[in-house]
Amino acid sequence: MMVLVSVPPFESFYEEHRNAVLGELRRLVGSQAAEDAYQETFLRALRAYGRLRNADNLRAWVLTIARRVAVDHHRRREAQPAPAEPSRDARPAYAELGELADGLPRKERAAVVLRYGYDLSYAAIGAALGSSEDAARQAASSGVRRLRRRMQ
Amino acid sequence: MTVSPTLDKRFREAAAAAGLLDVAYDLAETPIGTLLVATTERGLCRISFDPQPDREAEWLAQAFGVKVLRAAKPIDPVRRQLDEYFEGTRTSFELPVDLRQSAPFSRTVLEKLARVPYGEVTTYGALARAADRPQAARAVGTVMNRNPIPIVLPCHRVVGSNGSLVGYGGGLERKEKLLKLEGALANTLI
Repeated sequence: MMVLVSVPPFESFYEEHRNAVLGELRRLVGSQAAEDAYQETFLRALRAYGRLRNADNLRAWVLTIARRVAVDHHRRREAQPAPAEPSRDARPAYAELGELADGLPRKERAAVVLRYGYDLSYAAIGAALGSSEDAARQAASSGVRRLRRRMQ
Repeated sequence: MTVSPTLDKRFREAAAAAGLLDVAYDLAETPIGTLLVATTERGLCRISFDPQPDREAEWLAQAFGVKVLRAAKPIDPVRRQLDEYFEGTRTSFELPVDLRQSAPFSRTVLEKLARVPYGEVTTYGALARAADRPQAARAVGTVMNRNPIPIVLPCHRVVGSNGSLVGYGGGLERKEKLLKLEGALANTLI
């Protein structure tokens, strides 16, 4: 008979495996890129977590996600030079941002806050929203456009 | 390989900002001890005394879903209102609550309880009558004892028909402190 181990709260899962995930990511993408990859890995894991039916080998599961994130990272680097990011000074302060973005459609709001408030990469934001990196970039930019129009 | 506090915090806050959590919780320091405070998308769902965070997280996962994560920011409005309450500058809470894990009778009683004003006390019997179950004073006592959101849903304002404090999920000493803070104890026999 199979024994199903029930899925623990995400908090315990995260606490238990985060150091291993960061270690693996540093090995795979280097310590600089590892921080973004870390966000992306756990956001992807969090999105999928509610659908897990048993807790067999959660370590293997999350390391598989981390490896996929690393592969995507290398693919992106080969495909295109990193786009120029707006300078840090041009970014609105986080406190203002939350309120400012309140009236935006849900997805655009999340994209704007995660990008400019939490400094997440578009890949990580895509992971959080369950969409692609491009879709995340579009959501953030149309959110910003909407905010600009509103402020005029 | 240890995750830095900054990286850890960034993930926790981003997860909450993205709306991915079933429950966010954090600890809050108050004059009556450390509280664990938890919220869902719908509102405040739990305040507990003397919390053991691991056990609480298990309970929250069972009640509201497994995507439970400690994160400070979603709790901030509750923290702020609790601070004001304990400073004596707030006499009512403006916080949506999530009572979906409570049974219908409990929910009715807790909704009536929410209307007992600051600084006043009521009795188990009166609350039973308000809930259209005049015989159910004892059951109301049980609902008070299991109140998932003490302080905000003010079960400390419910006393026995002779004015005795009777009991409190967080210990009688806390009930007394809360009633003192609200200036309600003078009218009560101990």
